Amino acid sequence: MAPVQVQAVPVTPDSTIVPEKVREGIALEINGENYRHTGDPQMPLLWYLRDVLRLTGTKYGGAHGENGADLVLVNDKTVSAISVPMAKLADKQVTTVEGLAANDGTLHPVQQAFIDEDAIGCGYCTPGWLIAAVDLLKRKKQPSDDDIDQLPNLCRCGCQTRVRRAIKRVAAGKAGQP
Amino acid sequence: MSERTTNDGLRNDGIRLSRRRFLQVLAAGAGVLMVGISAADAADAPVPLGLLGNTFYDLGAFVRIDSDGNVLIGARDPETGTGVATSLPRIIADELDADWSRVRVVPLGLGVADNNGQPRWTYGRQIGGTGSSIPAAWADLRQVGALARWLLLQAAAQRLGAPANRLRCESGAVIAPDGRRLDFGSLVEDASKIALPNNAPPPKSADHFQLIGKPAGDVDARAIVTGQMQFASDQQSGDALVAVLMHCPWPDGTLEHLDSSDTMAVKGVVKVVQLKPEPGQPWGSTVIAPAVAVLAEDPWAALQGLHSLKLTWKPGASNSESSASLEQQASALLISTTDPSARVRNDGDVDVASKKAARRLQATYFQPWLAHATAEPMNCVVRLDKDKASVVVPTQSPRDAWAVVQRLTGLGPAQIEISVPRVGGGYGRRLDHDYVAEAVMLAQASGKPVRLLWTNEQDLDHDYYRSGSVHQLGAVLDRKRQLLGWTQRMASASALTHRGVPDNRLWTSEVDADQLPAALVPNYRSDWYALNSAIPRGPARGMPHLSNAFAVESFIDEIAHSMKEDPLDTHLRLLGDPRQVALSAGSTLDTGRLLNVLKLVADRIEWKNWLHSVNGLGIACWHVNGAYVAHAIEVAMQGQKLIIQRVVCAVDVGRVINPMGLEGQVAGATLDALSTALNLAITFNDGQIQQHNLKDYPLASMAQLPDAVEVIIVPADDVPPTGASFLAMPTAAPALANAVFRATAVRVRRLPLMKELLRLL
Repeated sequence: MAPVQVQAVPVTPDSTIVPEKVREGIALEINGENYRHTGDPQMPLLWYLRDVLRLTGTKYGGAHGENGADLVLVNDKTVSAISVPMAKLADKQVTTVEGLAANDGTLHPVQQAFIDEDAIGCGYCTPGWLIAAVDLLKRKKQPSDDDIDQLPNLCRCGCQTRVRRAIKRVAAGKAGQP
Repeated sequence: MSERTTNDGLRNDGIRLSRRRFLQVLAAGAGVLMVGISAADAADAPVPLGLLGNTFYDLGAFVRIDSDGNVLIGARDPETGTGVATSLPRIIADELDADWSRVRVVPLGLGVADNNGQPRWTYGRQIGGTGSSIPAAWADLRQVGALARWLLLQAAAQRLGAPANRLRCESGAVIAPDGRRLDFGSLVEDASKIALPNNAPPPKSADHFQLIGKPAGDVDARAIVTGQMQFASDQQSGDALVAVLMHCPWPDGTLEHLDSSDTMAVKGVVKVVQLKPEPGQPWGSTVIAPAVAVLAEDPWAALQGLHSLKLTWKPGASNSESSASLEQQASALLISTTDPSARVRNDGDVDVASKKAARRLQATYFQPWLAHATAEPMNCVVRLDKDKASVVVPTQSPRDAWAVVQRLTGLGPAQIEISVPRVGGGYGRRLDHDYVAEAVMLAQASGKPVRLLWTNEQDLDHDYYRSGSVHQLGAVLDRKRQLLGWTQRMASASALTHRGVPDNRLWTSEVDADQLPAALVPNYRSDWYALNSAIPRGPARGMPHLSNAFAVESFIDEIAHSMKEDPLDTHLRLLGDPRQVALSAGSTLDTGRLLNVLKLVADRIEWKNWLHSVNGLGIACWHVNGAYVAHAIEVAMQGQKLIIQRVVCAVDVGRVINPMGLEGQVAGATLDALSTALNLAITFNDGQIQQHNLKDYPLASMAQLPDAVEVIIVPADDVPPTGASFLAMPTAAPALANAVFRATAVRVRRLPLMKELLRLL
């Protein structure tokens, strides 16, 4: 089945009104675009992403994000998207798996390394692993095995050893190379 | 035999392969050539070729070549993470000599046509995650590519004025002896007019394989890493209601009281619906337990509504059950003189052998109930119209999903459309379709399309679990330490109960009559005792090998220890000389191939040091449906912490289609089995499951698992390929437990291992 791509409409700040009119809702940035959530402030980010914006790369991973499939970056920190209500996200920057690649489609080195190492089982939890790996490599350019051990994700297909190789491949600057 | 019919100017003819299968060619106007296999199910009456249909999707596992040279290949088996959406199309593409970079793979939904009111399965078998996709594909898919290639070669021969047997194909082109090159795309139109041969062109010889045996990444990899892959639970359907639900803790319980006023007050909630299992329907085809569903405009409203329900359940008779008391019953049965529910195998006379024994050993192993814990929870999208049902469902068996929809809607065979996007993990759970029944019932009750989404809590609380089991093993040895006799007594609750399987076949999900060391020991007896339980059971990954290999391969290690022998030597003596040993149903055990994988892992882990190693080394081997596997594992204890230092796994699966995919399956199954053995158990008390989320049912963390799995793939090109999706599961746990014994002197006979080890240390 062809992937269905649904473009969410970014809300562009209206610069013609000075001073800016007080606007309803919660303004936040997702994958570099500005959005304003005017619904229930208690709605978890996960449902806002998946159901309102239709960014379905971030998956449901349990009531408290137990398997890590719902990880996103909020101001460069990994967060379980089901565990954070929209109310806490005013003016925050969110990055989801859809926001990892460059605008021209060039993959993030971590994405490329996951392809290189075939670090994919069924693929459902992969977006969460990618987010966690991006976060780790941002904090530590050369992560040790112990650092990699701290990743919170769970995977029954058993992609862990291939994920470890993918992370080391990025650290070695070899993503996309044979 | 070639037949030809014409429909509206389309070409539609084929070669009969067997009574019910045709190799079929479709040419829909200019510029498209398609070849596929049209199959009729064994249960169907044979059908004339003219009924086979003439549209794109009437062809099952097919190849379509466009005039621009692009190739489209249909993947017929559900992709649950086992790699079949990559490996099956590569079998076709290799036979076609296609350029893989120009091949696009499309997942096929269920192929079903109306044959006088009965379903005809137009794509043949469609089942995923059971280890059978590759062997089945090897038998027929190659013919699809071979015929397409043959047609292209004939077309090129005509154009070049050269005999076809002087031409060759390479990477999407036909190449003449003088070097002239004709792209497949340029030949499509001519090829579609070539008369068919009387017999299917034979598949190419192995020395011409271009893709088979070469590594390839998952065809969906880019879509997955960019978040664009659409699983069923990602499907948005404009006017569909989102349904979430809560099941009764007891499958045989009832709803006592329901107050949904708070729920209906939640903005966005539309309806509250009660569901009940249909009496008399087999497990897996109806609602798993009574349930209350909340239907709402979006998931957040539905979940809030669910949490606002005020309800009480009344337990059924199953509320007296506990996993602990079932295990006590099992233990009591195994030491009783009660006749077994099934005598699985009885070679020689183990009682007579026992009297001559120099030494007798016995040990009992205990294994817990297990859940499936798929990453993607159960879910299903159903849209019902007057004369049509459209269903999007993560299933391993679309045909069984179809049957549930058909029964509940009464629609005709071809009025039901089953789409199967990539599936977020199967492990056997999605061979059952209770959640499909629920979604259909909710669509009927609401008059609207429904997206049913289970929570992970519902998945763990309401599964078709793998039964816990007790295995009592006995060995009879002569003075020369040869195994004279072997007894296996196992008690478990069959996965086949309530599924229309006769009582005398209930053992078949629990124990394999051919499992090690059957057929290698002259006196061998295997008995199975049925436990009764209302807790639902069903197919599970690696069943029945997972539990049996742990018991058997642990016991062989115990035998070795009792004889002060190297367990590798004990294995080598048991397997004997390389030879073919007859098993049930005409299959054979090739002891040479089993010895080979065992020796390979032993060499790699430097087994010769096993006695003197500071760390503990463990080894185990097994055979499953003509494939062979061995694990060698090295562990160390750091205080109370178990470190898995090294894991080596060797597999012999016959010819390897995709070594990269195979390595992933072997490493993945190893890690799954280690995670399960280390940590996992489902328990129940008062008939209620006690694990509700992944904190209670803790899949192993990255830190608990080994840093690497060293996979050795045996080249065995002389043997047809076998499935590998769970092959590497059975031996991981016994190799681990045997290694733990060497490291700690503690013999773990009860899983999960960590809990038992810490208790015994």
